[in-house]
Amino acid sequence: MRSQFNSPIIVLGARFLAPYIMVFGLYVIFHGHYSPGGGFQGGALLAAAILLIRVATGRRVSRLQLKEFATTPLAVIGVVIYFATGLTAMIAGGYFLDYGQLPIPGMDPVWLRYTGILIIEVGVGLAVTAILVMIFDNMVKGEDYA
Amino acid sequence: MKYLKALIMVAFAVLLIYAASDLPYRGDPDNRMNQERSMINTPVAGSYYIEHAYHDAHTPNIVTVVLGDYRGVDTFGEQIVIFTAGMITMLVLRRSRRRNS
Repeated sequence: MRSQFNSPIIVLGARFLAPYIMVFGLYVIFHGHYSPGGGFQGGALLAAAILLIRVATGRRVSRLQLKEFATTPLAVIGVVIYFATGLTAMIAGGYFLDYGQLPIPGMDPVWLRYTGILIIEVGVGLAVTAILVMIFDNMVKGEDYA
Repeated sequence: MKYLKALIMVAFAVLLIYAASDLPYRGDPDNRMNQERSMINTPVAGSYYIEHAYHDAHTPNIVTVVLGDYRGVDTFGEQIVIFTAGMITMLVLRRSRRRNS
């Protein structure tokens, strides 16, 4: 992305809008038990907030926000959260992804399943955010060097 | 050739409309998807989800329970698909950059 917008209106608009989109994305992830939403949708909204800053202000500012090399480890962490949750339940004596067996003391299996769904939603949201930003970064980089 | 394409599209549209006219009416309680037992008299999974989702996971949103709990392995596969897509873009686009420079 060699050319970037020099208009302060666009930069200001993006700066104004991005935090609210990000908060709404977090709301969609964590409120997915009660309203439509979940990891995929909330992750897409978080990625939209990050990509808005990237498109509007160019590479120098977006480096301060989420560095390009940080996206791949974040995606891997998101997948590993999901897999580790399932594997922990399996080690604790249940089936794979049987959240009722998670070893968290002081909770009955019903609330353990509630918590397990929340944990995997966070993992899915993290992975989706990182992957969407990573796709954008790679396409922009390929455009620059081609 | 242009007329052939248009003819194929019209024929496909007619086929789809003819197939859609055979769909059951929406909201009819006698539809097969609303039955508690299937054609071969086995219980349908959907009625189990509707009856037991809140008691199993204390989550009012049935869709979240189905996606996250009952079909968790399926959601894990979807996440792997997205992860693979990101990895593929990384492999394709970054390698082409190195070869050109």
